Amino acid sequence: MPSLSLNQRALLLSVVMLVVGLLVWEAAIPAQKAVGELTEYERLTGGGAPKAGVPPPSQVLAKAWEELSNPFYDAGPNDKGIGIQIGYSIYRVLSGYLMAAVVAIPLGFLIGMSPVAYKALNPFIQVLRPISPLAWMPLALFIIQDSEASAIFVIFICSIWPMLINTAFGVAGVRQDWVNVARTHELGHLKTAFTVILPAAAPTIVTGMRISIGIAWLVIVAAEMLVGGTGIGYYVWNEWNNLDLTSVIFSILMIGVVGMMLDAAFASLQRAVAYAE
Amino acid sequence: MTKPFLSIENLTQTYPDGQGGTMTVFGNATFGVEKGEFVCILGHSGCGKSTIMNILAGLAEPTSGVVVMDGREVSGPSLDRGVVFQNYSLLPWLSTLKNVSFGVAARHPEWSKAEVLEHSRKYLAMVGLEGDVIHRKPSQLSGGMRQRVSIARAFANHPKLLLLDEPFGALDALTRGTIQDELLKIWGDSGQTVFMITHDIDEAILLADRILLMTNGPFARVAESVEITIPRPRNRTAIVEHPNYYAIRNHLVQFLGKRSKELAGQASDGATQSPETVRIDLTDAADEPTPEPRLRAVNT
Ligand SMILES: Nc1ncnc2c1ncn2[C@@H]1O[C@H](COP(=O)(O)OP(=O)(O)OP(=O)(O)O)[C@@H](O)[C@H]1O
Ligand SMILES: [Mg+2]
Repeated sequence: MPSLSLNQRALLLSVVMLVVGLLVWEAAIPAQKAVGELTEYERLTGGGAPKAGVPPPSQVLAKAWEELSNPFYDAGPNDKGIGIQIGYSIYRVLSGYLMAAVVAIPLGFLIGMSPVAYKALNPFIQVLRPISPLAWMPLALFIIQDSEASAIFVIFICSIWPMLINTAFGVAGVRQDWVNVARTHELGHLKTAFTVILPAAAPTIVTGMRISIGIAWLVIVAAEMLVGGTGIGYYVWNEWNNLDLTSVIFSILMIGVVGMMLDAAFASLQRAVAYAE
Repeated sequence: MTKPFLSIENLTQTYPDGQGGTMTVFGNATFGVEKGEFVCILGHSGCGKSTIMNILAGLAEPTSGVVVMDGREVSGPSLDRGVVFQNYSLLPWLSTLKNVSFGVAARHPEWSKAEVLEHSRKYLAMVGLEGDVIHRKPSQLSGGMRQRVSIARAFANHPKLLLLDEPFGALDALTRGTIQDELLKIWGDSGQTVFMITHDIDEAILLADRILLMTNGPFARVAESVEITIPRPRNRTAIVEHPNYYAIRNHLVQFLGKRSKELAGQASDGATQSPETVRIDLTDAADEPTPEPRLRAVNT
């Protein structure tokens, strides 16, 4: 189809794949749960119960419609709208993430500017960075004594590393020529940092921030499964305990959609600070 | 003896040679530049011209030796020494206008934003950059345009000493001519001192009061200081008619073609290396022997 642009063709292909995928899924489901073919024993053990099987996409869509048309209802601790649950998760991610940014970016600046600071802090970073953020959870729960704050702490600890390392790397890699321009114009240290080094390193720093937000969103689901109470991670776990697979699949999709939106926000920030040499 | 405005004293620069030893770019270089003087420096690629300029700018520390300007030792860069870098060094995330205006704002913190922009536009227009172009980023400009932005940035700040590292290298003959004229005008009006690196002999004769000649490195020396005995104002077409023109030109060509190599590679052994003054003037009674002027086609 020469009349269609590359984007149009890609979009068409995506839609075709989606439709085919959903049809195959839909078609595969009835075979599993043809109740008539089940033995007496299977029927008695719940094999025929509609919620026990993987639901067809039509059911998931119906669920999505139902949830999304009233996302913010609140009917007690175990029955909140999807919007409220996602809201809790985003709140935790953003607070942990922002605290990490406040620590990581200035510290990364320092490390990037000073070879001594880099050498001194490097061993700590190398040891702390590979620790799974969830491994901190018991210690956090013990020290902080608050599950909410512990979840935020876990987000803090997992988002700090990519931002710290990328900031240090970006700052250390700023071309000497540009720093020399600042020096010949007698810009002070602070002025140089904000008008030359920050914009020069911004693409690398924002890349680190984008990696961090992605990791934070991955980790919050697991953290909330452990901590419980509220949030999208808790919601998935709770629906699984209820054996409501339709809701589980729906919330899995929502985790993907929110993650994509967070990433898209940082992608546009990345475009805003990009420059060509 | 009173010191010149800019005094370079026993300047030595060595670098590690990459094999565990050291390589001396130049040793004990000593020369001076008077206030308001226009000095060009000629020498083959790699002899150490940019290295000297970086030290004069205060961007690099020499291995030993000092630079004194206006009675004060140069330590670190200053707004009094404006630099046009060999590779332009524009900030790629700023527009052309902002690349100039941030420097103007640094020089004149007391000016209003409008004054800063007005002044910046004036200097960009002077190098032929007007209209939409000034809102483009450096990556969207041609090499010659970028070079002109960097010239505008340095000129706009009226530094006492202008340090120019091959400022016109990427320009076509016509633009080059216009900007050379602008440079002469600014220099004439302001009493600034100019120290300029160039590879173009004719450009050096047209612009300079004095040309410093460097031998090839390593152990490069500023071997000669050639006075340009052609009165100003000089005109690019009329200058070739002057009796001294070819005499001077031939001397320079001879030096760069032959003697820069012959004089190369001698360590100074701690002795001060000052350039020998060469004055070629065929207009007054020839009191010193000078090379025979030969007629030669010139591409100006
Ligand atoms: N940072 C450095 N480390 C090691 N050697 C260096 C360094 N900077 C310059 N040099 C060496 O010093 C010598 C002089 O370099 P410089 O850039 O001053 O040359 P130049 O005269 O400006 O040449 P060109 O005309 O090509 O610009 C060269 O041999 C170069 O290899
Ligand atoms: Mg050079």
